[in-house]
Amino acid sequence: MNNAKINKAKDKAFQMWGIFCTFLGLVLLAVFIGAIIKDGILRIDWQFLTSLPSRKPENAGILTAMMGSLWILGLTAIVAIPLGIGAAIYLEEYSKKSRFASLLEINISNLAGVPSIIYGLLGLEIFVRLLKFGPSVLAGSFTLSLLILPIIIVATREAIKAVPKTIKEASFAMGATKWQTMWNQILPASFGGILTGVILALSRAVGETAPLIVIGALAYVPFTPSSPMDEFSVLPIQIFNWVSRPQHGFVINAAAAIIILLLVTFTMNAIAVYFRNKWQKKVNW
Amino acid sequence: MEKTAAYRKDVYKIEAIDVNAFYGQFHALKGINLGMEENAVTALIGPSGCGKSTFLRLFNRMNDYIDEFRMKGQIRIDGNKIYNSYIEVEQLRKYVGMVFQKPNPFPKSIFDNVAYGLRIQGIRDKKLISERVEKALKQADLWSEVKDNLKKSALALSGGQQQRVCIARTLAVEPSIILMDEPTSALDPISTARIEDLIFQLKTEYTIVIVTHNMQQAGRLSDKTAFFYMGELIEHGPTKELFTNPKHDRTENYISGRFG
Repeated sequence: MNNAKINKAKDKAFQMWGIFCTFLGLVLLAVFIGAIIKDGILRIDWQFLTSLPSRKPENAGILTAMMGSLWILGLTAIVAIPLGIGAAIYLEEYSKKSRFASLLEINISNLAGVPSIIYGLLGLEIFVRLLKFGPSVLAGSFTLSLLILPIIIVATREAIKAVPKTIKEASFAMGATKWQTMWNQILPASFGGILTGVILALSRAVGETAPLIVIGALAYVPFTPSSPMDEFSVLPIQIFNWVSRPQHGFVINAAAAIIILLLVTFTMNAIAVYFRNKWQKKVNW
Repeated sequence: MEKTAAYRKDVYKIEAIDVNAFYGQFHALKGINLGMEENAVTALIGPSGCGKSTFLRLFNRMNDYIDEFRMKGQIRIDGNKIYNSYIEVEQLRKYVGMVFQKPNPFPKSIFDNVAYGLRIQGIRDKKLISERVEKALKQADLWSEVKDNLKKSALALSGGQQQRVCIARTLAVEPSIILMDEPTSALDPISTARIEDLIFQLKTEYTIVIVTHNMQQAGRLSDKTAFFYMGELIEHGPTKELFTNPKHDRTENYISGRFG
């Protein structure tokens, strides 16, 4: 065999390895989803969606967990989106290059890598105890806001950076202030990217369990939250609770709840992808 | 030698007095003294990296955003020092417009592009805005081509048309000075010719400073030419004189194409 043939064989082998890796992930995911659907799909009905938790698996439902997740999602969005985007705008456009700025940047990247349970401990100490929110929806969403803040900041900064410098210069040269340039040019042009980052961050928040357990979210809540100061449960905690019960009926409930949770996160990701594609088409430099 | 002339305040629209500029340690402009006359075209020429763009961008303070950029000396416009704490940069830039090398219209409609400067000034009067937009597009020699498509995205236009949108956008805020940083270097010869015609018409009302790599363009368009080399102003004077009878060897070598 000459060299060219060896190279070709290597190329082929690498291609095969790549295909194997790709499909391994896909197949595992498909098997997992298939098993869950097989177990749980028949359990999803109106009763399941609208019932409170119960000791009997056939009477139990996910209403409180669903509502808890929605509350958490909404409040986290309200807190984290303006803070994250604001911080990103400051870091990208206003902060001068200094040691302090680079320290901030390193810290934010590090924060994105901190295990979520640590955020739970932070939330427990600051929001639950120090600020006396108790194990409430408010404490939960503040904690999750901290958790996803770095993700939003990083995504927003990337989106802002992707706007050509020439647009910024043109706006400044017209006599626009930094804020006018930001509001009229940079934010509209980077909107798709920012939105994608925000939705992905929120879908991460919906799936988080550990920090909420730490701050004291309950597995059994006999009511749906009606104010930010109420105690709450969320879907992942409900699932965690059900799979740890001995009765087979609860395992089926857990599978059904997982399907709902997956539906929520997949839908959010789909929306993110949709917006990304839509805005990429619109802003074509 | 030329210093005395440069200090005669009322003669010049723009004056640079002992200007030094630095990017960190790099000394980009070295002791520049130059005056630019009102309602005339001044061309800044020189090889890449000679400092001519840096010099141009001093007049509307576009270098302010560059980290580690420092400048010493004075720039006077209408006799007023523009590097002064009480100067509002935004106001200055309405008075000193700029057209860039690569056409950079906003990803908005043609109308919104030209109206941008007015709107950020807080002007809401729709009639006034559309009058000014029409006037600016006419001045930029673009009105007849786009008047039926003002809502069309400016990005859908050709390169030459985009550059004329950028010129119209600058004219709409009624500046007094227009800075042009190689405005035709990204355009084809026909678009270039149209922009040059346009500059010729505009100079009756505006003071124009243009950076160009194109010697013929400098020769055709400008009244005065300044030749920069390695951050120094080597020679300046009436364009005809500088091109036909350069005083310095470097100038002669550059304009005759021996280097650059």
